[in-house]
Amino acid sequence: MPRPAMVENNRSMHWITNLLAGIPERKAPLWWWVAIAVTGSFATFGVFCIIYLLWTGVGVWGNNLPMAWAWGITNFVFWIGIGHAGTLISAILFLCRQKWRTAVNRSAEAMTLFAVMCAAIFPAIHVGRIWMIWFVAPVPVPNWIWPNFRSPLLWDVFAVSTYFTVSFFFWYLGLVPDVATVRDRARGRVAKFCYGLLALGWRGGHRQWRHYEMSYLILAGISTPLVLSVHSTVSFDFATSLIPGWHTTIFPPYFVAGAIFGGFAMVLTLLIPSRALFKLHDVITWNHIDVMCKITLLTGSMVGYSYRMEFFVAYYGADPFERYIFLNHYFGPYWWVGYGMFIGNVLMPQLFWVRAFRRNVWTVYLVAMCANAGMWFERFAIIAVSLHRDFLPSSWQMYYPTWVDIFTFAGTIGLFLTLFLLFIRFLPTVAMSEVKSVLPEADPHHYEPLPAKIVAMEETQA
Amino acid sequence: MSAAAVKKRTFGVIAEFGSAAELYRAAERVRDQGYRFWDAHSPFPIHGMNEAMGLKKSPLGYIIFWGGFLGFLTAVLLEYIPTSFLFPLIVHGKPVDFFTVPAFFPIMFELTILFAGFTAFFGVFVMNRLPRLHHPLFDYAPFARVTDDAFFIVIESGDPKFAEAGTSEFLEEIGGRGVTVLYESD
Repeated sequence: MPRPAMVENNRSMHWITNLLAGIPERKAPLWWWVAIAVTGSFATFGVFCIIYLLWTGVGVWGNNLPMAWAWGITNFVFWIGIGHAGTLISAILFLCRQKWRTAVNRSAEAMTLFAVMCAAIFPAIHVGRIWMIWFVAPVPVPNWIWPNFRSPLLWDVFAVSTYFTVSFFFWYLGLVPDVATVRDRARGRVAKFCYGLLALGWRGGHRQWRHYEMSYLILAGISTPLVLSVHSTVSFDFATSLIPGWHTTIFPPYFVAGAIFGGFAMVLTLLIPSRALFKLHDVITWNHIDVMCKITLLTGSMVGYSYRMEFFVAYYGADPFERYIFLNHYFGPYWWVGYGMFIGNVLMPQLFWVRAFRRNVWTVYLVAMCANAGMWFERFAIIAVSLHRDFLPSSWQMYYPTWVDIFTFAGTIGLFLTLFLLFIRFLPTVAMSEVKSVLPEADPHHYEPLPAKIVAMEETQA
Repeated sequence: MSAAAVKKRTFGVIAEFGSAAELYRAAERVRDQGYRFWDAHSPFPIHGMNEAMGLKKSPLGYIIFWGGFLGFLTAVLLEYIPTSFLFPLIVHGKPVDFFTVPAFFPIMFELTILFAGFTAFFGVFVMNRLPRLHHPLFDYAPFARVTDDAFFIVIESGDPKFAEAGTSEFLEEIGGRGVTVLYESD
């Protein structure tokens, strides 16, 4: 069975360049200004909420004593998880030689970076007296205390900052040849200068490409265990504690599967509108959306397996506290969170068993949005719902978010979308050089009539 | 002295090729002719071009290994030795000794990856002598299309076998179009 073409309608290399490098060259369309005005306003108000929090104290959030971690850490885990699909697409699918990744990897990697930026905000502002944060740095002199490197919280700092740095390198390395394309087409002085700086003098000689390819391969190789380690390390924050509902050995694979699931939902959420608005239908085809839906289905089902396995272990483990916590997830006062996550993450993706639903923009978008919401519910269920009824019934509490909680989270959504809008406006949204390299004519042994001169020459040689 | 009177130094000869397949075959011919200071430019990396140009595998992999190893050593020096031996801090009454090393694995792993990542990223640019602000190739207007859909071979004047007329003729003979002599920028 012949494989479907990566780029539809037999488009030429020049057509691809015109389509993708043309986006930063044209004036921004009206919808872009409207969108960035809205997302930028949310982001700005989020900054105000953060300043208010730093000025006043963490008490402006709804946190209370059994629920010392609530929205802040939920949002952190939610955003970190979103990033995982980007690295999966760019690294793991690269090692698996999944050529379809070329159409989506650039924007998925950008999404990773922006999601990690949003995530990093929460633990930083959650520490309370942020001006004392230098205490966590390994400086032995002031109080003769070395940071506790055996703490999962510190592992997390290293994991997330390594993840951000390596993802940035991966993204930027891939961007260099494409920025060079924009540089070579640029007309204005400012554009020539800026893209020229960013392209670092790239000339596309094979003596450059061979180091580039080796570096790209190795970055993919080291990002693969890295991406699996990051959410595992995040899950250690919970798994190494003794709280029922947190103290679970299944957490690392369960978190990673959930992260990839939630990330793919976010990739679909962002790509479907940008594909329509920039008319990228020949580059990001239905086949691409189809395979991403299949990964969503697979990881959603893995998440569903984890939910049920947690339940089974709670039953089989015969720990009354743990049994109570898991029943409380679905039958306690937060039952709607439990059902929200189960419906959004496990049941809705099952629609993707049907081919027609994988190829209909409305069903794909519906499932993606359900998964986005479901993943947030999942993190809230794990973190907050497990905490709200702890060992001592006299300390049981409910959580009521304040306006600062809500608008800080809305602010990070605004920041995320603002950064993504800037990205699709000013940088090549699709990895042009990689898309060209999967065209049939990019194969050096591709059959096409050679100039008669060369054919004659080779015949005389033979 | 007028500008025209200054004899500009030759940078090399450039020729354009129609497709990846043509570039590949031409590169094999240039390799067989024994040229050493030359390059094949394309909008994307072409599979198998290392063999066609007679180049070895990039040595970057070995360099990155040592970068990663340095990261591992950094982690050992940063966390394991200080925490276990120099500034022991007893948390939760847990032991502080040689055998608690598994608790240090996550950061050892992360720093190995981090340093390898730094080496991989900056290694490409060091090996390629980038970034640089200008290059004689950028003076040749058609070369701007190399990042779009054009394929070029450039043989530099530094090559021992380089002869302006002979090399130009050779490039035409192997199917190059628009063969042009390029000069150094200054």
